[in-house]
Amino acid sequence: MTSADYLPILILILIAAPFAGIAILLPSVLGPKNPNRMKQEAIESGMIPFADARRRFPVQYYMVAVLFIIFDIEVIFLFPWAVSLNQLKIFGLIEMGVFLGILLIGYLYVWKKGAFEWE
Amino acid sequence: MAQQALFLIMAVFTLGMALGTVTSRNIFHSALFLVGSFAGVAVIYFLLEAEFVGVAQIIIYIGAIATLIIFAIMLSRSVTGQNGSPMNRQWAFAALGAALLFAALAWLFSRVDFGSTAQPVPEDAIALIGAGLVTEYVIPFEVASILLLVALVGAILIARERHS
Amino acid sequence: MSIVLLSILKSLALIILLLTGFAYLTYYERKLLARFHVRRGPNRAGPFGLLQPIADAVKAIFKEEIVPGHVDKLIYIVAPALSLIPALVIFAVIPIAPDLRLGGFTLQFHVADINVGLLYLAAIASVATYGIILGGWSSNNNYALLGSLRTAAQMISYELPFGLLLAAIILTTNIGREAGTLSLIEILNQPRPWWLWLWLWLAFPMFFITMLAESNRSPFDLPETENELIAGFQVEYGGIKFALFFMAEYISMITGSAIMATLFFGGWRGPFADPGTWYGPIVGFGWFFLKVVALLFVYIWVRASVPRIRYDQLLQFCWKVLTPLSIGYLVLTALIVVFVG
Repeated sequence: MTSADYLPILILILIAAPFAGIAILLPSVLGPKNPNRMKQEAIESGMIPFADARRRFPVQYYMVAVLFIIFDIEVIFLFPWAVSLNQLKIFGLIEMGVFLGILLIGYLYVWKKGAFEWE
Repeated sequence: MAQQALFLIMAVFTLGMALGTVTSRNIFHSALFLVGSFAGVAVIYFLLEAEFVGVAQIIIYIGAIATLIIFAIMLSRSVTGQNGSPMNRQWAFAALGAALLFAALAWLFSRVDFGSTAQPVPEDAIALIGAGLVTEYVIPFEVASILLLVALVGAILIARERHS
Repeated sequence: MSIVLLSILKSLALIILLLTGFAYLTYYERKLLARFHVRRGPNRAGPFGLLQPIADAVKAIFKEEIVPGHVDKLIYIVAPALSLIPALVIFAVIPIAPDLRLGGFTLQFHVADINVGLLYLAAIASVATYGIILGGWSSNNNYALLGSLRTAAQMISYELPFGLLLAAIILTTNIGREAGTLSLIEILNQPRPWWLWLWLWLAFPMFFITMLAESNRSPFDLPETENELIAGFQVEYGGIKFALFFMAEYISMITGSAIMATLFFGGWRGPFADPGTWYGPIVGFGWFFLKVVALLFVYIWVRASVPRIRYDQLLQFCWKVLTPLSIGYLVLTALIVVFVG
C-alpha cells in the first residue's frame, strides 16, 4: 500500500466539509431575521428554565465507556488475527482462545458485579 | 513533496491542538482539542503508511478513550462549563520540566540507531501483524489480555464501591 | 494528476447520489409509513407528491437562523456538520458497480480501494458519535444533554457487537483464499460456497440490529424520544441545522443498507452484472440499488411495527445478549474456518 491510496478519501472529506459548511451558512443569508428574547431561551417544554443544564450524570454512563474501551481494544486485536488465520491454523486458534478466555473471565466478573444492571 | 507538505501541516496542526488542550480555560474544549490532536496523529500514521496503526488510533483513541474523557467531564462535579484558569503558580517549573524532557528525548532520538531501512511496506502487512501477535510476540499479547482484565476489574471496583 | 481529477469527480458524484438518495428516502419512508397506517402520504407537491423532498429542502434553507443565547456558539454550529461528514465519507470504500473497461481505461465505481476497508467502516462509525455529543453538550439544555449522553452510550455499546461480527466476516474471507482480506472489493470477488452463505445469513439479524442502533433508528431511537426528551440532542436545533442531523441519520441508513448488501447479499453481483462488459456496470448498479432499497424497506417496516424499547433494556440487550452471541458466533466461525474451510 502507499499513502496515495488514501488521497481519494482526503479529497472526499475536503469536498464534503465545505458542502456541509455552505449548507449551514446559507440560511443566515437567505432567511428572515427577527430575533426576540423568547426565541433565544432554552426549550423546557414551555417552562422558564431554572437551572444550568450542565449537571452531573449517573456513573453508569462512565461504566459503559470504560467497558467499551477494554472490549474495543480486544476487537482491534481480533482484526489482524482474523486476516491471517489461514496461515496460523490451530495454533492461532489456541492463542486467541487463551486471549479471549482471560477477557471472558473479566466479562463474567463484571456481569456478576452488576455492571450491566441499569437502574 | 506533497507528502512532505502534508506532514508539515499535520505536525503543526497536531502541536497546535495539543497546545490548545493545555491552555484552554474550558475543560470540555480541552477535551475537544485533544481529539483534534489524536486525529492529527492518526493522519501522520497514514502518511507513514502504517494504516493499521492509523485506523487503530482512530477507533481506540478518538472513538473510545476521548469519549471516556468526555463522559468523565460530564459526570464530574463542578467542572463542566466553568472556566477556571488552567495555570497555577507552578507553571514555570512545569514548563521547565517539559522543556528538559523534550531536550532529553531529542538528544536520545538523535543518537540511537533504530535500525530502520527504507523498505516498502509489504502488501499483506496486516496479516503479518496478525501472525506476529500469536507467534513472535505471543507473550506480550497474552500479557496484554491480563492487563485489560486488571483494568476491567479495577474500573468496576472503583465505580461500584459505594453501592455495595 | 488525473487521479486527483477523477477523485474529485467521483466524490462529487457520490455526494450528489447520496443527497438525492436521502431526499427520496424521506419520501419513500413517508409513503410507506402512510401505507402501513392506511393513509395516502405526501401527494400534493408534484405528481404523486414526488416534489415533496424538494419543497422540504427549500423550506429548510429559507428558515430563520436562530442561535439561542445560552449555547456554546462555535460548537453548536459545527456539530451538525460533524454529524453529516462521517455519514458521507463512510461510503468511500463501498463498490456500487463492477468495473467499466473502455479501451485501455478502467473506471472503478468506488471512491477509494484501501487495504483496511472494513476497519475504515468501524473507524468512521466510531467518529460519528461526536456530532451528537457536541450538539447535545453545546445546546446547554437538560433534554439535549441527557439525549446526547444516552446516544453516545448507545452508539459505543453497539459498536462492540458490530466490531465482533465484522471480525467474524473477515474470518470467513479466509475460506477458499490464501489469506483473509479487509477490502470490500476483494470480499465481493471471493467465491463463497453455499453453506458459507447460509452461515453468514445466520449473523444477518444480529448485524441488522447493530446497524439499527448505530443509526439511531426505531426501535432504538432513544436519542429522540419525543415523549420524555422532546427530541433529545437536537431539541435546540431548527431549520437547516436540524435538517443536517436528519440527513446524517438517513444517509447512515443508506450506508448501513449498502454495507449489509455488500457483506451479506453480494453487493452489485447478480445475473448479467458481468465485469468488463459495457452493460455490466448498469446491471450491477441496478442489483445493488434493488438490494439497498429492499433493506431500507426493512428499516421502515421495523419502524412501523416495533415499539421503542426502554433505555435500560437497550443497554442490557446489547451487553447481555448481543455481545455474548457475537462472541459465540465469532468462535464458531473461527472453528469452521480452521477445520472445514
